[in-house]
Amino acid sequence: MSKHQIHLDINGRAHDASVEGRLTLCDFLRGDAGYTGVHVGCEHGVCGACTVMLDGLAVRSCLMLAVQADGCSVTTVEGLCSGDGALHPVQQTLREEHGLQCGFCTPGVVMTLAALTQGEQKPSSETLINAMSGHICRCTGYQGIRRAALRLAGEALAPVEDHG
Amino acid sequence: MKPAPFDYYAPSTVEEACGLLAEAGGGATILAGGQTLMPLLALRMSQPFLLVDINRIAALKGISRSAGSTRIGPITRQNEAIADATLGSAQPLLVTAVKHVGHHQTRNRGTIGGSIALGEPAAELPATSVALGASVEVRSAKRGKRRIAAEELYLGPYATALEFDELVTDIHVPEWPTGTRWMFRELAQRPGDFALVGLSGAITVQDGKVSKAGLAWFGMGPTPIKARQAEAALLGQSLDRLDHAAIAELAVADTAPFDDHRATSEYRRTVGRRMFARALRETLEAKA
Repeated sequence: MSKHQIHLDINGRAHDASVEGRLTLCDFLRGDAGYTGVHVGCEHGVCGACTVMLDGLAVRSCLMLAVQADGCSVTTVEGLCSGDGALHPVQQTLREEHGLQCGFCTPGVVMTLAALTQGEQKPSSETLINAMSGHICRCTGYQGIRRAALRLAGEALAPVEDHG
Repeated sequence: MKPAPFDYYAPSTVEEACGLLAEAGGGATILAGGQTLMPLLALRMSQPFLLVDINRIAALKGISRSAGSTRIGPITRQNEAIADATLGSAQPLLVTAVKHVGHHQTRNRGTIGGSIALGEPAAELPATSVALGASVEVRSAKRGKRRIAAEELYLGPYATALEFDELVTDIHVPEWPTGTRWMFRELAQRPGDFALVGLSGAITVQDGKVSKAGLAWFGMGPTPIKARQAEAALLGQSLDRLDHAAIAELAVADTAPFDDHRATSEYRRTVGRRMFARALRETLEAKA
């Protein structure tokens, strides 16, 4: 099977590669380009862990071929940080609201929330909560993620009670 | 869990794509949004030797209106359709249905044509196409163009009247008259799941009477199912004299639900009856 030449932008850096047709975008991003922040869970579009931004939109990178990203701009979770070590606002909010535990699903959750909150206008809480249906988290029980999403939509929340 | 090897082409014209499909003689699969095909490839339930990626064909994009009809390019993304102002005003039922397809992340890639051409019996868009009287225009290298009504497109689960060498080039959705009311209901275990029971319909009311009705079920049989008896019973009736429960009974009589691990056929019928009667009442009571 023939190889295909692709040229794409990942986290602001140009990449040229030669890929087999059947290589998925998530495997390319992890294995070839080294962006291991892209987590591969179910590999058939159910769990959402591999979510990245493709030309600014949140997509499942296991449901695309690497060759299809030719000419596109891809952002992974590594591309969100400014470089000085500070967290992206979405990451900071998830951290403050206990929106993660083991962290496996987190890069996907972060990328969906980052994609939907990048515009000038804040998305509605309904939009963010509905978009979270595209992610499976086995640790948090979703309440922390939900709180983070509500805060990102601009809702004021009562602080989490400290039972310690 | 990795796709088997295949050859991959991304043609830039419809002619080129049709040529590839004809040449492959049935061994090729069309890749549109990939939100169903990619899992099938990963699970090796589908092992084509050639993948024809139609995402780079500009002629298959876009939404336009002309003389009582809306044309949707098949590779229009589902989220593009939701955001499109033209489609929102011309085809509100279709837009509501699209909002129920998959998740935000899959709608960024998934296409309108892909969902219609796949023929998943529990999916929203095939049933909504049947309800609205939509049709698909297809093209093959050898036989040229033809048009297939949505009503005649679906033969069984994932089985359609499309031949192996045919590519959907246009989706035509007729615009319904002023005074049309829309009803869309879906019961699913979680948002984004396929429907256990779903209903999509358009009912035109003129001078207090039903002048046109298009109603279709999804998740209620091997294909989307047109509720013909209920449509016939509604035609010409005055809104104030309708027996909602009796019409719901007729609507369910046309279905052929099945038992699976999620629900029994009896459960689906019971839900269907109540869903239909309530939807009909709420839709006709509401202001147009």
